[in-house]
Amino acid sequence: MSTNLQKVQPEQHSKLYWVLSDFAVLIKRSTVYIVRNMDQALSTVFMPIMFLLLFRYVFGGAIDTGPVSYVNFLFAGILVQSAAFGSTYTAIGVTTDIRRGIVDRFKSLPMADSAVLVGHTVTDLVRNTISSIIMVLVGFAVGFRPTASAWDWLIAFGILMLFTFAISWMSAIMGLLSKTIEGVQWLTFVFVFPITFISSAFVPTAGMPSALRAFAENQPVTHVIEAIRSLTIGTPMGNHGWLAAIWSLGILVVSYIVAVYIFKRRTAQ
Amino acid sequence: MKKNDYSIVAKGLKKSFGKLIVLDGVDIKVKRGTILALLGPNGAGKTTTVRIMATLLKADGGSVTIEGHDVSERPDKVRSVIGLTGQYAAVDEYLTGRENLRMIGRLYHLGKADVIRRTEELLEQFDLVEAADRTAKTYSGGMRRRLDLAASLIATPPVIFLDEPTTGLDPRSRLNLWDNIEKLAAEGTTILLTTQHLEEADRLANSIAVIDGGKVIAEGTADELKDKVGRERIQFTLETDADLKKAIKLVDGETLQVDEKRKSLSVVHDSGVYKLKDILEKFEKSKIRVANMSLAKPTLDDVFLQLTGHKATAENNNENGGKK
Repeated sequence: MSTNLQKVQPEQHSKLYWVLSDFAVLIKRSTVYIVRNMDQALSTVFMPIMFLLLFRYVFGGAIDTGPVSYVNFLFAGILVQSAAFGSTYTAIGVTTDIRRGIVDRFKSLPMADSAVLVGHTVTDLVRNTISSIIMVLVGFAVGFRPTASAWDWLIAFGILMLFTFAISWMSAIMGLLSKTIEGVQWLTFVFVFPITFISSAFVPTAGMPSALRAFAENQPVTHVIEAIRSLTIGTPMGNHGWLAAIWSLGILVVSYIVAVYIFKRRTAQ
Repeated sequence: MKKNDYSIVAKGLKKSFGKLIVLDGVDIKVKRGTILALLGPNGAGKTTTVRIMATLLKADGGSVTIEGHDVSERPDKVRSVIGLTGQYAAVDEYLTGRENLRMIGRLYHLGKADVIRRTEELLEQFDLVEAADRTAKTYSGGMRRRLDLAASLIATPPVIFLDEPTTGLDPRSRLNLWDNIEKLAAEGTTILLTTQHLEEADRLANSIAVIDGGKVIAEGTADELKDKVGRERIQFTLETDADLKKAIKLVDGETLQVDEKRKSLSVVHDSGVYKLKDILEKFEKSKIRVANMSLAKPTLDDVFLQLTGHKATAENNNENGGKK
């Protein structure tokens, strides 16, 4: 049999070049999902709108937020909750990749180990940015009146993204530990619901029983919410900004290390 | 033979998952540019062997070198010389065929121009040009397998692992995939494929290693293995004992087997139709009445029964142990 196969050789570049290239290739892969996977597309656009409208109009009248209007109070909370939910796509994506065998393929390639995880987590940032912009626009339409300057918005966005990234990497760990796609959905659900509801997202913490209140006021999600709330509508900042940044950064670093470690071990046991 | 005539050399591979011993000293050598079929039932250790060779799993003992690179010491080197196609088509459903190939090409660290050229070549070779811009989600099982195989070839690796490449495919897709595998071998690629079907091993492989219970229990060419079991046989069942007696006298030869209870006899079918016609004519002349006639190919079960004393379709199904 005749052969006209031209052998190809890897291109010569520095190690760093290829690590960044691997990241870029897999980020591109995962971001395509936002558009092509109908589930993701719909939840990216409609979930934030639905949450905002439900809380604004169903609970809004019954919750006393003092001098601040409920829609102004609610906005930071709903923004952070929807970012936390959006970050669970990493968990689902990672479990799906393992179940479908595509991780085996990636692992057999001369690519950076963490690139699959980076692809999913960075995509969470992109998806959450889209959701957040939609939420701001819908917020304006239903009476949200922020006092923030452009600078405040930028810092608020930075805090939100740092938090999102941290949750995404935690969610990568959940994805790596789950055996089934149903399992991982359940796991992220029981994780995100309590940490976002036992916070100052939807109601002032003052009305909670003391133990719950102590948790709610000191957990990272509340600091993130209060920081963004302060930046957008001018409530007191206190230490919330710093604490939000330090918590998020800490969770991010620890989760990254743990996730990459599990990824390597799990697939090469 | 010199050591570097072999692309794949595995020595004494051992692997256990908990108390379950999956590999118990597997030795395999594959000569450069040949196809070796790893033949065995579910749970024999085929997938585990491939996963260790493809750097996805660490062995508990033993060693593997691929093109001279040790899998545990230089997995990065090994990864740049292998292509892997697993049991299920590992393609990205939401990417198109073309996007899938380009993605894998870049992850093999090929240059952009090479990636584009190879992608188009492979789409052509695997008959996927028309489907190239559709997402893989819309592909049939056969198309996915072809895309999966194409992806593992994009960097023209000298060594390819195919783990049960045709499981679940319809006969036409299977033939198509076989053609492609044969072409690869003709181009000088070393291929290790696993299969549960003797027919597949027979058609494709230069040599076959039969694996059972985590050990290679027989090795050789398809013909050598079949000789151990017996080749395709023609079997006649006759109407009466008298017919059988007469028939035995007519059909002699060393491959004759007689089952008096069933009033049947069988002979090896080497010379094909000619022999069949010859026998039938003799029977007719002697007025021997044939109740039934059938052809029987040796199956994997026959090989296994012969080699191990137990059936190939073993009750244990532990092959999946390595995928957790």
